[in-house]
Amino acid sequence: MVTNAKEADAAIGLEGGPAVDATRRAMLYEFWYYFRQNRGAVLGLCIFLLIVLVAIFAPLIAPHSPSAQVRGSFLVPPVWQAGGSWDFILGTDAVGRDILSRLIYGARFSLFVGLVVVTLSVISGVIIGLIAGYFRGTVDTIIMRLMDIILAFPSLLLALVLVAVLGPGLFNAMIAIALVLQPHFVRLTRAAVMAEKGRDYVMAAKVAGAGNIRLMFKTILPNCTAPLIVQGTLSFSTAILEAAALGFLGMGAQPPTPEWGTMLAEAREFILRAWWVVTFPGLAILITVLAINLVGDGLRDALDPKLKRS
Amino acid sequence: MFRFLLRRLAVLIPTFIGVSIIAFAFIRVLPGDPVALMAGERVMSPERHAELMRELGFDRPIWTQYLDYLGGILTGDFGNSIVTRRPVLDEFLTLFPATMELSLCAIILSVVIGVPLGIVAAVRRGSWLDQSVMGFALVGYSMPIFWWALLLIILFSGILQWTPVSGRISLMYFFPPVTGFMLIDSLLSGQEGAFRSAVSHLVLPTIVLATIPLAVIARQTRSAMLEVLGEDYVRTARAKGLPPRRVVGLHALRNALIPVVTTIGLQVGVLLAGAILTETIFSWPGIGKWMVDSVFKRDYAVVQGGLLLIAGIIMLVNLIVDVLYGLINPRIRH
Repeated sequence: MVTNAKEADAAIGLEGGPAVDATRRAMLYEFWYYFRQNRGAVLGLCIFLLIVLVAIFAPLIAPHSPSAQVRGSFLVPPVWQAGGSWDFILGTDAVGRDILSRLIYGARFSLFVGLVVVTLSVISGVIIGLIAGYFRGTVDTIIMRLMDIILAFPSLLLALVLVAVLGPGLFNAMIAIALVLQPHFVRLTRAAVMAEKGRDYVMAAKVAGAGNIRLMFKTILPNCTAPLIVQGTLSFSTAILEAAALGFLGMGAQPPTPEWGTMLAEAREFILRAWWVVTFPGLAILITVLAINLVGDGLRDALDPKLKRS
Repeated sequence: MFRFLLRRLAVLIPTFIGVSIIAFAFIRVLPGDPVALMAGERVMSPERHAELMRELGFDRPIWTQYLDYLGGILTGDFGNSIVTRRPVLDEFLTLFPATMELSLCAIILSVVIGVPLGIVAAVRRGSWLDQSVMGFALVGYSMPIFWWALLLIILFSGILQWTPVSGRISLMYFFPPVTGFMLIDSLLSGQEGAFRSAVSHLVLPTIVLATIPLAVIARQTRSAMLEVLGEDYVRTARAKGLPPRRVVGLHALRNALIPVVTTIGLQVGVLLAGAILTETIFSWPGIGKWMVDSVFKRDYAVVQGGLLLIAGIIMLVNLIVDVLYGLINPRIRH
């Protein structure tokens, strides 16, 4: 019934109104009901929200400045190991900077990268995918061949070369990663649009006189959002991983930025002397990515009606 | 089948031309010219600059340059490295076996462990075994492999001293490459301990490179198995009174493996991307490290040729997977 009401609304171009608000609330409630059943997803969401809070309130939480070098405190081990101190709970790096504070500030960069990359690739991917799936024909063929070309390269290699050419740095790394992730959104949107385009409600809207833009964005797109949300979540974690990998290779954020991948690159030469300079930044990446992937799995289960009751 | 193959090839050719245009264009669309880009911050006199432009052919019209480049590729000439002056294709062919050896070991490891894990998880759906397998798979899937490599080095090379940190074989051994695969060459050389040394060098990079494919394959096998186990023919097989092992192993697994084969094929791109990080960390002399080194040396002739060759390999493997898939599953041929 829910979808029928929505289809009818969409067909006659009706938005808002109390009835629609109620169905929307009911759908959200249904979604939350299924999402909540997945304990892993809820745990992932909690961890992710915690990381977001840490990133927002970094200046209040971090015990030290991320760039302050404490003289005489080089490679101090974590507090629970002999020689550790409560001043530096997770120890210090080779130039006497507090690792915990750098990790806390690093959360800002990782979340920022994820957010910017997903926004860029979703917006461009959805628009291109809508055009390809809606108009088909030559436009579609050209777009899909272009996407095939991007997908023919290993994503990290293409991003690496792009950044090398644009110049190393976090900003260029984000653009490069957004470009290599965007074909996935194009393909997904195109497939969803092609599946929806033949449905009755689209035809009804067309008969009612809706133009192409309205049909694409207002009638069809809202019914294709579920797979896009899931892909967006998974791309968020991919973006964080790729940005860290580029940072690790020296092509992402540049030192002394406390970006996690860059911190790992700086720590490489000390791996056999000071395990903590290597262990904690990587752990931060792993936990963040894991939390987001847990949420992504939960979203997929909650949004995919095929799996719901199996 | 032949028409199916032709159709796939017809899609592949424009894609390959597009790939060659991208590989060709990326240093030319930027502000400044290729020679200035390669020089970077080094100072160069205008005369030397003009001389290099002429020598490398950058002073000709762009489409002449492209057609020359394309013509070169079709005859196997990918240009020469700017740093070593050796042909790009020669360098690639020398280094490729190392990457191939590492990738093959990684894919074998991930299939041998991933497929059984996925089957067990699906058969025991919801048990603690299923949950822990899926938990591990999720961790593997989320792993920053460059960090994972460093952790393994700390443990196995640093603390336990079991494995070497880098390279393909100990410097004590030297023999001419026959196949390019160190495992085979070391056996052929007949030198005592050479094979052991090659294996000990290979273990950690293989584990690192296999991590993500293993996780993906385990997840994919599990969901494919779950789908198949709910099918009518599996129920019939059960109802006939066949032993569970036979039902799972014979009736279910065969059909579940079809999507898994595709997944394995798709891992080639993942492996080559992973090789970039893995080879850099373990100083493994393969094409991943070669590409990274060339990017840093601004050897754009190598970057350009390498991009094209790597994309070519991925496209070729995808074609093979498509054809295999068409052979296993006739429905998709049309």
